[in-house]
Amino acid sequence: MRFLSTDEQLAIVDAVDDIISANGGARVARAWVDGDTAPGLALWAQLAEAGLMGLRVDEALGGFGGSTSDLVVVAERLGWHSVPGPMLESIALLPHLVDDEDRAGLADGTLIGTATVAGIAPLALDAHVANRHYAIAESHVAAADPGGAIASIDPARRLFPLTATGSPRDVDPAVIASAVDETTLACAAGLVGTGERLLAESVEYAKVREQFGAPVGQYQSLKHQLADVRVALSFARPLVWGAALSAGTSKHSRDVSAAKVAAGAAARLAAQTALQVHGAIGYTREHDVSIWLARAVAHDQAWGTQEHHRDRIARSLLAS
Amino acid sequence: MNLDLTPEQDAFRLEARTWLAENVPVSPLPSMDSEAGFRAHREWEATLHAGGWSVVSWPAEYGGRDAGLIEWVLFEEEYYLSGAPTRVSQNGISLLAPILFEYGTPEQHARYLPHMTDGSLIWAQAWSEPGAGSDLASIRSTATRDNARGGWLLNGQKTWSSRAVWADRGFGLFRSDPSASRHAGLTYFLFPLDAEGITVRPITQIDGDTGFAEIYFDDVFVPDSDVLGAPGDGWRVAMSTAGNERGLSLRAPGRFLAASARLTELFRERGTVGTRTADDVVDAWIGAQAYRLFTWGTVSRMLDGESVGAEGSMNKVFWSELDRDIQATGLRMLGAEGELRGSGAVDGGRWVDDYLFSLAGPIYAGTNEIQRNIIAERILGLPRDGKKA
Ligand SMILES: Cc1cc2nc3c(=O)[nH]c(=O)nc-3n(C[C@H](O)[C@H](O)[C@H](O)COP(=O)(O)OP(=O)(O)OC[C@H]3O[C@@H](n4cnc5c(N)ncnc54)[C@H](O)[C@@H]3O)c2cc1C
Repeated sequence: MRFLSTDEQLAIVDAVDDIISANGGARVARAWVDGDTAPGLALWAQLAEAGLMGLRVDEALGGFGGSTSDLVVVAERLGWHSVPGPMLESIALLPHLVDDEDRAGLADGTLIGTATVAGIAPLALDAHVANRHYAIAESHVAAADPGGAIASIDPARRLFPLTATGSPRDVDPAVIASAVDETTLACAAGLVGTGERLLAESVEYAKVREQFGAPVGQYQSLKHQLADVRVALSFARPLVWGAALSAGTSKHSRDVSAAKVAAGAAARLAAQTALQVHGAIGYTREHDVSIWLARAVAHDQAWGTQEHHRDRIARSLLAS
Repeated sequence: MNLDLTPEQDAFRLEARTWLAENVPVSPLPSMDSEAGFRAHREWEATLHAGGWSVVSWPAEYGGRDAGLIEWVLFEEEYYLSGAPTRVSQNGISLLAPILFEYGTPEQHARYLPHMTDGSLIWAQAWSEPGAGSDLASIRSTATRDNARGGWLLNGQKTWSSRAVWADRGFGLFRSDPSASRHAGLTYFLFPLDAEGITVRPITQIDGDTGFAEIYFDDVFVPDSDVLGAPGDGWRVAMSTAGNERGLSLRAPGRFLAASARLTELFRERGTVGTRTADDVVDAWIGAQAYRLFTWGTVSRMLDGESVGAEGSMNKVFWSELDRDIQATGLRMLGAEGELRGSGAVDGGRWVDDYLFSLAGPIYAGTNEIQRNIIAERILGLPRDGKKA
């Protein structure tokens, strides 16, 4: 029993942080918002080169052969840096649902995939940068074409309806369900990362912004709000890690839902508090806080709302 | 990361589960805040001790099993899930013993540790005073030197001392050097509650039981052999227990796993998916799982040689609010029956009793406001409040 990141995972985290920072950090998301996807796609290529786009692809197919635990550790960093694009789709969802050739393409970064999943993800993220689109239903997967873009509360996200074109391929519903769970869990991990970033930015700002002759972070009403964010995030992360470890067991779906509810709630609290701590500057697009704030809200809504996942847990508690 | 247990740890868990299943009293004991209940809980401590389960992580020479931290948490999970009684000896075992091990003399170890584990010596924590709650360093009760008798004379008043009504001994801080700065002139004493000059006045709690008491000291003599740590060093000694109290030792995850399991049981009998109550039951379940997993993270760090420190304040805020939410949800699910107490009520009124006690969680062991200050200042590094006495 050692419920901490392994040295290897810490090394992966360092590598991911380095690559993203070297490629512009939050500036990548900012450019993506403005319609300039080039820095984001360059970052994508760099991550692929480091093997990270193939995190969940077997080594035999040129992937990294990583575990679900490795995935959540990396996904948290994607959330921290607010990396744009259909990353979760390409790293977590599609590798389990496409054929070997496409899987290898996803791993080496030549393919960027996005998808709709009937019910939980009715619109596909950032289809404009993807060269593979899939419409996924309960028991089959079909190639698809995107319709027109719809805006999101997070300006770094564009959402597209897809229309199936090719003939659907049968896929075991259990495999689809588990790929969706994995994506949901990666989304939860990303929410923890985004929440951590919002908290870190808020704490830094609270130390330097002065009003009434003192840093605003000295005032207890802000301190206590920030302390609550610290607590919420600290207790959400273990749920994400715990769910990663129960992959493949009968408890997994319920654990994923718990992680998503807690991470979503913690990130929402972090977002709301970050805005309060920053005052009006936080309410502007000029300030980076808006990047993480919008992402927290959008990712909390995506891959199943808190209501959806609470109901899933409630049903499971009634059944067991 | 992993949560894998060794075969030995699994066997340990099973052994604990089996013993508890055979020994936990079938009908719940009366409240330990009543005279009969206190006695019954003392006897349960003796039973636990006889079975070798009183203090699993202690050295064998004091009645423990030399078990590691992981085994301790496993035992706590099993303990609460089995429905076993609350530990009337917890002040001694979880608050005093850790510092006794660290600061006590070998003679003090021999004199106190063995009796702490079998229910024969129950301790009360005498820290708070009428004028010193959150601001504990402002205590005014005094200790004056009595060289002739080789000890100290205690004077003053302590309050809100849990279980002091029936407990045997107390431990607490007294101002031994009035000229020293607030934190410097304090000394940590151990004393019998039936000593000459001590008066214990029971205080009735909100639930009607006499769970805590005031203690008056009128020239109470305490020999040097009952000073814990060095004279004047009491603050440092005391603070090393405060972390224990807020963190792991007072509120092991098993307690809330069990409470959430009872809530889930009630939900199966009375609940409907998609209601606000269902959401609250789910949040309670998530909270209990989160607390359990967070604890495993803490344990892992401790096994790596790190200490808990200010992180205990996060635990404190989390468990106390989780407990309050669990109990409030339980009451709501009982509907009109949710106000009933005693034998005519569901589960003998346990939901109401536990609810009332849960309301004190954000107050005792350092209020949650104080814990949030600690989190903000020591974990987040925000500036300290300018105004300091
Ligand atoms: C059930 C129960 C059992 C207890 N058992 C024991 C025991 O065994 N031994 C013992 O010694 N004590 C015990 N206590 C006492 C407990 O430790 C104190 O109640 C606690 O430390 C708070 O002190 P106080 O009650 O004097 O409140 P105060 O310190 O007077 O606080 C009143 C309110 O003001 C707030 N406040 C105070 N200072 C600040 C600040 N700086 N910033 C923001 N808010 C602030 C507090 O958070 C609280 O909400 C027990 C209490 C309870 C309820």
